Amino acid sequence: MADTKVLHEFVERLKAKNADWVTDFKDTRGEVTLIVPRTSIVDVCWFLKAECDFNMLADLCGADRGPEEDPRFEVNYHLFSTKHFNRLRLKVLLSDDEPNVPTVVGVWKTANWHERETYDLFGVIFDDHPDLRRILLPSDFDGHALRKDYPLRGYEPYSLT
Amino acid sequence: MGLENTLFESLPDVITVRLDAVVNWARKSSLWPATFGLACCAIEMMNSVSARNDLSRFGAETFRASPRQADVMIVSGRVSRKMAPALRRIYDQMPEPKWVISMGACATSGGVFDNYAIVQGVDKIVPVDVYIPGCPPRPEMLIHAIMMLQEKVMNESVKDRRDTIENESRRSIVPGTLPVTIGTESETAAKTAPTRPYTVASRHEKRRSS
Repeated sequence: MADTKVLHEFVERLKAKNADWVTDFKDTRGEVTLIVPRTSIVDVCWFLKAECDFNMLADLCGADRGPEEDPRFEVNYHLFSTKHFNRLRLKVLLSDDEPNVPTVVGVWKTANWHERETYDLFGVIFDDHPDLRRILLPSDFDGHALRKDYPLRGYEPYSLT
Repeated sequence: MGLENTLFESLPDVITVRLDAVVNWARKSSLWPATFGLACCAIEMMNSVSARNDLSRFGAETFRASPRQADVMIVSGRVSRKMAPALRRIYDQMPEPKWVISMGACATSGGVFDNYAIVQGVDKIVPVDVYIPGCPPRPEMLIHAIMMLQEKVMNESVKDRRDTIENESRRSIVPGTLPVTIGTESETAAKTAPTRPYTVASRHEKRRSS
């Protein structure tokens, strides 16, 4: 089991800085996950990058829990540090009605394409993204393919079946 | 097309019949495929020109990187919807006479990929001359397909390719596929169809590429 003592210190520093930044906190199997309210995700990312040396955004991905769930969407930020080699996961929960989250392109530039992919496949809107358009699917695609309620063969007339 | 029109304007039919054989023999003996590897079938396609299988025995080993120098397009693998306009464009760029081989189950019918991302058969985009089954087909099957295509070429007449072929090939776009040419039905439908608020096109999406 990985030692997560350092990560716990980071979380304590986050909470000391602003108690509203962390809604929930999990440590399972040596993986630390923070649930962050969407309004403060950029601040949290800036803090973790500047103060805690998380200088790399290893991955940013979306998840759909299903149309009946609320909150329906997750956006996961997998942070990595090339200084102290720790990994941290941030999670933002979004409802179906308003799947908006501020962009973190200003923090890590690599978020640009990751956020485009998440927008493309899940329909999560990243506010203030410099170039939010589809990246994997064709530009005339209807809907978002990785949503749970998306039909496998696509919507008419796009599907040719 | 240049050759056919010139022939028919300048020569009587009696000579043209003999010319069919000569022209077709020349065409079938040096089929130049366009290099168009899409998926794992492309590995078999590469293998078919290797030392063991040696496609050059049948005069079709010269894979061209430019579609403007190619006669045959071997669609080797699954065609994604995003690839479809590019495939059509490469086909359009090939000079007449041109033929298409649909290699493998995915190119022929979508194969196991019965989903939104894969075109369910490349014949919805381009006219196909020879279909090869298999997943993937062995190089021998590709060579057999090329020999079948050569038989087909030998049975053609230069009469068949006079001028109409351009219009025919353009009409083969099925409504509902991606708009690869400006003015298709699907393009106008895409403009009028109501979109959800989160699928509003950005200015980059609105910019139409040719």
